[in-house]
Amino acid sequence: MRLDRRELLAIFAGGAVGTLARAGLTYAFPHAATAWPWPTFTVNLVAAFLLGLFVTRLQERLPPSSYRRPLLGTGICGGLSTFSTMQVEILLMLDAHAWGLAAGYTIASVAGGYAAVYAATALTRRVRAWA
Amino acid sequence: MNILIWTGVFLIGGAGSVLRFLVDGAVAARRGRDFPYGTLVVNISGAVVLGFLTGLALGKHEALLAGTAAVGSYTTFSTWMFETERLAEERAVTPAVLNVVVSLILGVAAAAAGRAVGDLL
Repeated sequence: MRLDRRELLAIFAGGAVGTLARAGLTYAFPHAATAWPWPTFTVNLVAAFLLGLFVTRLQERLPPSSYRRPLLGTGICGGLSTFSTMQVEILLMLDAHAWGLAAGYTIASVAGGYAAVYAATALTRRVRAWA
Repeated sequence: MNILIWTGVFLIGGAGSVLRFLVDGAVAARRGRDFPYGTLVVNISGAVVLGFLTGLALGKHEALLAGTAAVGSYTTFSTWMFETERLAEERAVTPAVLNVVVSLILGVAAAAAGRAVGDLL
């Protein structure tokens, strides 16, 4: 695997910013294990939408660039979103026998995340057709 | 909560993101890009570690730095959803569904297993 130091730096910078935003929200809005995890839910859907937007635009519209996708996609969106926190949140809901909440949160996250990527992709392609 | 902690969150978040990129690339180099194994490995390994940290019942600052910043930035929801959507777009519906179901089952199981170990310590 060949490493590009500037690419890694772009990922580091984007990831740092995305993580700071997510951690700030998580810290500002603590929630009980049996309450809807709004901070994680929100950043995940926003990051999915932005990733759909960025990657579609970069792959299909803009000329090739080495550092935009690492910075915006791998860095910012990857740092902003989180899978592990979502899994632990689901685990704690299951512990508390909050089955409906666990199912609702899981389904809303996956359906919402998928829809966000789909919508962002469609939107970007439509805008491209106008240009 | 001071500037030092948030500087830590910032730097650790950057490092976690770089580690995700490296692990994803290493897995994809071995297994190819037909199925997003790289993201799966990253997310499941991250779920084990975050489960473990949850079992340790860390203090607020430690949990923020090690859990929210380090493991949170290492794993990714957006890429998981993006790869699922692109698989479905390419009419690879079974791999797309498997990518969701397998990630969720292994993810919660990994978090539970990690926490069980953390509880013992």
